[in-house]
Amino acid sequence: MNFTMPVFSVAIPDIFMLCMAAIALLVDVFLPKKKRIITFFIVQATLVITFILTVSQYIHYPSPIITFSGNYILDKLAIILKMFICVVSFFAFAYSREYVNERHIARGEYFILGLFAVLGMMVMASAYSFLSIYLGLELLSLSLYAMVALQKDSVDATEAAMKYFVMGALASGLLLYGISMVYGATGSIQMFEIGNLLVNSTPNQHMIVVLGLGFILAGLLFKFGAVPFHMWVPDVYAGAPTCMTLFIASAPKIAAFGITMRILVEAMPSVQVQWEHMLTVVAVLSMFFGNVLAIAQTNVKRMLAYSSIAHIGYMLLGIIAGPNSAEGYSAAMFYVSTYVIVAAGAFAIISILSKSGKEFEQLNDYRGLNSRNPWLAFMMLLLMFSMAGVPPTVGFFAKLGLLEALVEAHLVWLAALALLFAIIGAYYYLRMVMYMYFEEPLPGASSTPIKLAPDMMIAVSINGVAALLLGLFPSTFIDMCRISLV
Amino acid sequence: MFSNLPLLSILIWLPVLGAVVVLLTGGDKNAKLARIIGSSVAFANLMLCIPLYLYFDSSSYALQFAENHLWIRVYQIHYAIGVDGISLAMIILTNFTGLLVILAGCEAIKVRVAQYMAAFLVMQGMMIGVFAATDAILFYVFWEGMLIPMYLSIGMWGSANRSYASIKFFLYTFLGSILMLIALLYLYNQTGTFEIQKYYGLALSSHVQELLFFAFFLAFAVKVPMFPVHTWLPDAHTEAPSGGSVVLAALMLKLGIYGFLRFSMPIVPEACEALAWFMIVLSLIAIVYIGLIAIVQTDMKKLIAYSSIAHMGFATLGCFMVYDIIRHTANYQDAYMSLEGAVVQMIAHAFGSGAMFLGVGIMADRFYNHSRLIKDYGGIATRMPVFAAFFMLFAMSNVGLPGTAGFVGEFMVIVSALQAHFWIAFVSALTLILAASYTLWMYKRVFFGPVANEHVAEFRDLTWLEITNYTLLAFGVFFLGLYPTPVLNVLHVTIGHLLTQSMPLSIVH
Repeated sequence: MNFTMPVFSVAIPDIFMLCMAAIALLVDVFLPKKKRIITFFIVQATLVITFILTVSQYIHYPSPIITFSGNYILDKLAIILKMFICVVSFFAFAYSREYVNERHIARGEYFILGLFAVLGMMVMASAYSFLSIYLGLELLSLSLYAMVALQKDSVDATEAAMKYFVMGALASGLLLYGISMVYGATGSIQMFEIGNLLVNSTPNQHMIVVLGLGFILAGLLFKFGAVPFHMWVPDVYAGAPTCMTLFIASAPKIAAFGITMRILVEAMPSVQVQWEHMLTVVAVLSMFFGNVLAIAQTNVKRMLAYSSIAHIGYMLLGIIAGPNSAEGYSAAMFYVSTYVIVAAGAFAIISILSKSGKEFEQLNDYRGLNSRNPWLAFMMLLLMFSMAGVPPTVGFFAKLGLLEALVEAHLVWLAALALLFAIIGAYYYLRMVMYMYFEEPLPGASSTPIKLAPDMMIAVSINGVAALLLGLFPSTFIDMCRISLV
Repeated sequence: MFSNLPLLSILIWLPVLGAVVVLLTGGDKNAKLARIIGSSVAFANLMLCIPLYLYFDSSSYALQFAENHLWIRVYQIHYAIGVDGISLAMIILTNFTGLLVILAGCEAIKVRVAQYMAAFLVMQGMMIGVFAATDAILFYVFWEGMLIPMYLSIGMWGSANRSYASIKFFLYTFLGSILMLIALLYLYNQTGTFEIQKYYGLALSSHVQELLFFAFFLAFAVKVPMFPVHTWLPDAHTEAPSGGSVVLAALMLKLGIYGFLRFSMPIVPEACEALAWFMIVLSLIAIVYIGLIAIVQTDMKKLIAYSSIAHMGFATLGCFMVYDIIRHTANYQDAYMSLEGAVVQMIAHAFGSGAMFLGVGIMADRFYNHSRLIKDYGGIATRMPVFAAFFMLFAMSNVGLPGTAGFVGEFMVIVSALQAHFWIAFVSALTLILAASYTLWMYKRVFFGPVANEHVAEFRDLTWLEITNYTLLAFGVFFLGLYPTPVLNVLHVTIGHLLTQSMPLSIVH
């Protein structure tokens, strides 16, 4: 076996991020307690520079490059996913700063672990073999488990971390088991080779691969949090510190979309019929249970957790329609990336409202928010309508793309079903708006105006207005998603 | 000078921009400023309709003042707007009602004034957008986008049961629209474009036509609203602030009819012809059965809401009678009159019922607990003679007295229906009796008789702003009732063209 030197230059953003994470770790140890905010700035600067490096790669590498012995790919999909991941994580950390500070969650560690999680996602975006996919996924997951557990004095957070860890480990196990089957059938773990080897597979090989596919999908859907692998989602979302929920609900979904595309579309097109069927069942169940169970929630974080399950169901629709339509995959990518922006905004509002020892996470806390802080209520309104898919917010155009792909793929019944569930879902988003705008605060609850730090206000405004502006001018963003998937 | 201006875009976006400015005035300490900005924007918008009317070429059915920009490249969605005769009339009506509602809000709304003005201005802009859009997705965006401000206005300024009514309103209309979206996507997959005009005359199998018909039917029937999907309207109307009720009655219901005219009839003419009996039956049920329901209402707003449904039954009847008429008489002139009667009925109903909703608002604002129940009132004519006179006029228009707006449309529809089918005309003519009974009986109980209680005794007559409002509306009622020619002129060519487009080949040959 001859050894070829990998092209290190294509992995510069990842390498840079790794170095900076290590440096931040070292610096943090020597910082006095009061100055640990510096770690936060190092982490944020790293994200900004990584983003710039990735953008420059977009210009320098017009065609895909596969290197590191076939484990690593740099194509448009990887680059654009990395850009999204950096931007979303930047916002997630920016929102976290005050929340983490106020609750004395170990500050430096939080951001350093976060940076390692981002690194894991970067690896996932570029992974081109099962080995690197698993590597990235575990780097991400282990960092997230630890981050959830960082609030040591909170029983809920500890419980959530425990659940997250046990369920996550189970999912990783399923994924590995599935990978081993595919490896057994093909003798390869590299995406491109598997794809080629499976074109002319024997019936026996085919059967093992389908079985393996089942386990791999189970593992992936665990990470996404889709029905029937969703049980951990509400508990973890509700129990984790809100800024952590924000992070779990946002960037990892983009990375998970990336590896799903690699595995299903690039490695396993030969069993496409099988994974389409499996995903259809999962998507319908997710949309149904996510939307229906969200109605029963009184805790906003739990409600949004169920809503995220439903949204994952919608995103899967794009992947299902993908093989038989021109824009299915890009519609799914547009859906997941805009959902992430919107979800991050909603959790951000919860986290910045949770001040001075009071968590702002019950539906009743939102009564009369319009008279306490009209701008924040308006931002939440935009985000809620976007999740419900009401034009002119971006959520509508995300759904429009999916429906167009479904109709094109002759899955009109699925499109109608998706819309029906969207109506069920609209109810609890409307209820949220109702509490904020139509109701007065409960007797005894605080009804004074809410003042916010200016940096939080700006960040949340960017986020909320993005939900509207991306809806009014979605063309560029849609094109970005299309470029990455040609 | 106006030929180069994007007049329609200005009409759509000026109110939205105005809404942003109004919101910047902040809380209720600047309420006066918010009122001034809100009404001047609405007034400016109405003034912009003058060049729109003057420069409109009523001898052409082509889309005028057209603008077209590529909006979303992937799906070839265009920001494409333009007007023909029907949409021109509806846009002017929208601006007229918009100003009215804002002016009424200046008087009636005391809390969150800026947000109220903003909500209604955005609603006005969205509604003009619906009437102007010539791209299916743009149409849908405005169509749904309008729900957000309406939802907020019912919920924020409505009465006791407002949360329930607003959510019911939103979900009901949202549910109606989804199948339309799928129908539009299907048409896009057939033609590769979202341009509505390209869908006309498409060769679709009759099975597909029927499916599309029902998809559109659900969306538009909920908006009209037709029996049996009308149940959201009484709730929404009763709980909404009177401005919201006016917009609902005068404009939002018209969107349903407009949808039938713009989508159902020209896109799936064969299905429309085949299912015309279904639409006619539903229309007659609305006219008679809902009219009977209106009689027994104890809540004034509910009564007017049910009367709106009955009146809209006339508009749908006029639309879908055309097939029967042509089959019986082979005379396009009669069918033409039926369709035009439906459009006139749409416009006329805006004045009559809008004014009556305002009237209930005026009374309820003066009553200590904002009651809308008929039994709480009585003898108002002695305390508010000017108001009673005005209200009489609008009640008469609602009844369909010759000389008022309400007469023209109903008369045209009944007369042309008579050409095709005596009993359909007969049943629909029952409305003249029913409308008279519920409207005038309510009028009698509320305005005549002894003064009901000490609260009514304290009522003061209309303020100058309310008189201005009512004078404008009275002008509309008489204008359409006595000299409808300017309106009909605008409609003539467009409706004629629409009629030829909506005829299935089986009838033409």
